[in-house]
Amino acid sequence: MVAEKTTNEMYQVGKSIPKVDAREKVLGRAQYIAELTRPNMLFGAMLQSPYAHARIIAYDTTAAEKVTGVKCVLTGDDFEDHKMGPFIKDEGAIAKGKVRYMGEPVACVAAEDEETARAAALLINVEYEELPTVLSPEAALEAGAAVLHEDLADYFKVFEAIAENNLMSYTEISEGDVDKAWDECDLIVENVYETQAQNHLSLEPCGALAEVEPDGLINLWSANQSVFRVQANVCECLGLPMSRVRSMTPKVGAGFGNKMEAHIQPLCVALALATKRPVKMILSREEDFETVRARHPFKIRCKTGVKKDGTFVAREVELLLDGGAFADDSPGVLGNATLMSVGPYHFPHAKAFGKVAYTNHLRFAAFRGFGNPQVTFAGEAQINDIADKLGIDPIDLRLKNVLAKGQQWFGGQKVDSNGIYECLEKVRVSSDWDNKRKNSGENGIGISVAGHISGLLATGAIVRMLEDGTFVLNTGATDIGQGSDTVLTQICAEALQIPIDRIRTATPDTDASPYNWGTTASRVTYTTGRAVVGAAEDAVRQIKDYAAIVLESLADDLELREGGMVGIKGANKEVSFFEIAAMTHWGVGGPIVGSHTLVFDQSTIDPKRAVAKGMPFTNIGVFTFAAMVSEVAINQVTGKASAEGAWYAVDVGQAINPGLVEGQIDGGYAQGLGYALFEEMIWDDGRLANPTLMDYKVPGTAEVPYDIDTTIVEHPEPDGPFGAKGVGEITLVTVPASICNAITHASGVRLRKMPFSPERVLNGIIENEIT
Amino acid sequence: MGETISLNLNGEVREAKAGLTTTLLEVIRDQLGLTGAKKGCNQGVCGACTVSIDGKLARACLSLAVNSVGREITTNEGLTEDGEPSALQQSFIDNGAVQCGFCTSGMIVSSHALLQDIPNPSIDEVRDGLSGNVCRCSGYRKIIDAVRGVARG
Repeated sequence: MVAEKTTNEMYQVGKSIPKVDAREKVLGRAQYIAELTRPNMLFGAMLQSPYAHARIIAYDTTAAEKVTGVKCVLTGDDFEDHKMGPFIKDEGAIAKGKVRYMGEPVACVAAEDEETARAAALLINVEYEELPTVLSPEAALEAGAAVLHEDLADYFKVFEAIAENNLMSYTEISEGDVDKAWDECDLIVENVYETQAQNHLSLEPCGALAEVEPDGLINLWSANQSVFRVQANVCECLGLPMSRVRSMTPKVGAGFGNKMEAHIQPLCVALALATKRPVKMILSREEDFETVRARHPFKIRCKTGVKKDGTFVAREVELLLDGGAFADDSPGVLGNATLMSVGPYHFPHAKAFGKVAYTNHLRFAAFRGFGNPQVTFAGEAQINDIADKLGIDPIDLRLKNVLAKGQQWFGGQKVDSNGIYECLEKVRVSSDWDNKRKNSGENGIGISVAGHISGLLATGAIVRMLEDGTFVLNTGATDIGQGSDTVLTQICAEALQIPIDRIRTATPDTDASPYNWGTTASRVTYTTGRAVVGAAEDAVRQIKDYAAIVLESLADDLELREGGMVGIKGANKEVSFFEIAAMTHWGVGGPIVGSHTLVFDQSTIDPKRAVAKGMPFTNIGVFTFAAMVSEVAINQVTGKASAEGAWYAVDVGQAINPGLVEGQIDGGYAQGLGYALFEEMIWDDGRLANPTLMDYKVPGTAEVPYDIDTTIVEHPEPDGPFGAKGVGEITLVTVPASICNAITHASGVRLRKMPFSPERVLNGIIENEIT
Repeated sequence: MGETISLNLNGEVREAKAGLTTTLLEVIRDQLGLTGAKKGCNQGVCGACTVSIDGKLARACLSLAVNSVGREITTNEGLTEDGEPSALQQSFIDNGAVQCGFCTSGMIVSSHALLQDIPNPSIDEVRDGLSGNVCRCSGYRKIIDAVRGVARG
């Protein structure tokens, strides 16, 4: 890999160029799924379950079918029994036989316009027989609890899942001997922490448009984070060969995990197949809330033992997750949470284990941080309690125990790029920590650190030279707004030493793009970036072979020169990409197509060091690091905590585009702030009580402080593209813990349940006054 | 579908069909092809559908099309200069104020109105002016910089 250059020497990497799609977006001309239309298009709508758990006895679709403009009504009876799922194949395209959460799609309609389709869907009558519900993981795991998936044992699972009754997955990792280690500790602290469900709230609701061509090919456009996961899910749950589905993406109005796996695409395809006409479905905000997915609520028992001098000795973490009605990414979230449970620290003895249970809630799944924000909240809050008990500054305690260079992550994976120590030192200075910590004004400050993964699974890139020596870059990676098209273009331009405007980034298309697992797991810059470098190097090899003919030289004696030239090292003689392109298209050889594919393959668990059970993945990723300080003000009358500022230092290996890294930090902070302080999905019995933006508040300009200080730390990842690794998720992971710790500093109140609402803060203040 | 109505949209007279409950957002997006304004929540909270009606900011998702007749309606597309970015729109590009872009048109319409009232807004004045527009991708900082950047010219 090309990683030896430093920022100063680089031509395109390290520059904050504007996003390649910014212009169409500011002009209001970018096309998202809701803007797409096809000739003769119908609109789809769905009927949702009014029960959290019920057997479906019968359907009556007569009234809906009679409505003028209705072309098709489908119920569970119209679907064969196929199932999809990234870890456990437990989910059909639509409820069949029974419903497992309130809001689950039970029938759907295609009609000439949206209003007709929505009105007709409500005319479908479904007869149900109610079943007992399980609305918490504790209830789900009780003996005799109603079982959601009677056939769980028979479902196909992509890993060795430990699953039975409502236990969806159990994961355990241990190192050293925790049980014996407690005796070595001078101080042991044990607490229980709770976190709530958070909605992704991409401003764009989910939607899809499907069209069946006369030869049977299904064109499918949708809001997604992976055209390939859409294709796989649709084909699995409808029993179609993947060669029949062409999955594509328009611009995506953000994705935070919610658009990674299927949402409405299978129903939309089913309606298009049934009507032989294009069908578009766009979810309303309420439907999006009720049927897509959300962040897992966690219960976390965390126990940490240390020496008097602050040396960490042992940690034990026990997790219990609400998984909702379908597995989706839950086993992965549990696995990652388990792996992240000890944080970026060296503990000689550590054990983390946990369960995720099926419940009659909407599925919980991937959401920026993938289980890490929850365990980081618990672990980092507890470390502050330990610092207080030992009388050690919280940053000093962390500096003493963070992973040193050469130390491995929990489970045994080596960590090549590790800037955690530097991150801590940077925020100590940038936040004026030592002064602010001494002052006991109304504001408080809190620290939090985290490591997170960047990587996972397969990806590819094709770098194709056009007739005039410009290029098309095709990766199949969906740009969900974070700017990966821009970053990958910069990486490609650096590897080819050409200006940005000579590269066009192709939009993802399963017919044309190389495989890309998806825009998730902070992986596109790192893994797809590696593929782009590999593909560009492949193209450069071919370019040099042709240049060698023209220049009557050996390919090994040639070098790339900025602006699209190949020259003989130490000589002026050179040939342009333009000339080489013309030659390969019309003369000798054939057009240049560079390609590269890879699967991330570093082992997460080293069996010589750690014991692991029920791990859903074997090779998860490289590690990114962050430290942050939050400042909050507490209103002593209302208990309201408001964010007043944040200081970040994030180790991204190498910032390909520093401006876009800042954008990820800002966005992770705002989304984490909402999660910490007020965002919460609330269920009233089985019903989601606040499925609207009126009732579910997200941070606006009034809540997010302007003062977000960002320091980019660069410890190059040896196999990353020009040293880069990911940044998307780590920026949110640290937020709840740092805000929690700031609240404690400001008020003396230690909260262990999120969100940190005015009521909880005020109750804490009152309790402290009484005691 | 309702009656034919005539709208003064971005300085042009445009005809559309509207029933009593048809919203301005539906008309401008579905019939008139101006899709910068988005349907994010359809209940007037997210601000992605923000347009200007007679110089005042309005939620197109809560504005009835028939009530908009005879008023001057401006969308983000109407703020471009011959289809090219205005100084404000260019400032959004230059300041990295665009991520997914779904909120962007509404943000620009609100920012434009703010700058009409306060040509050189402070940070807090921009925060106030944009308090009705939700962005889920950013922390608003770069959007505030974009608005203040164009004001400083």
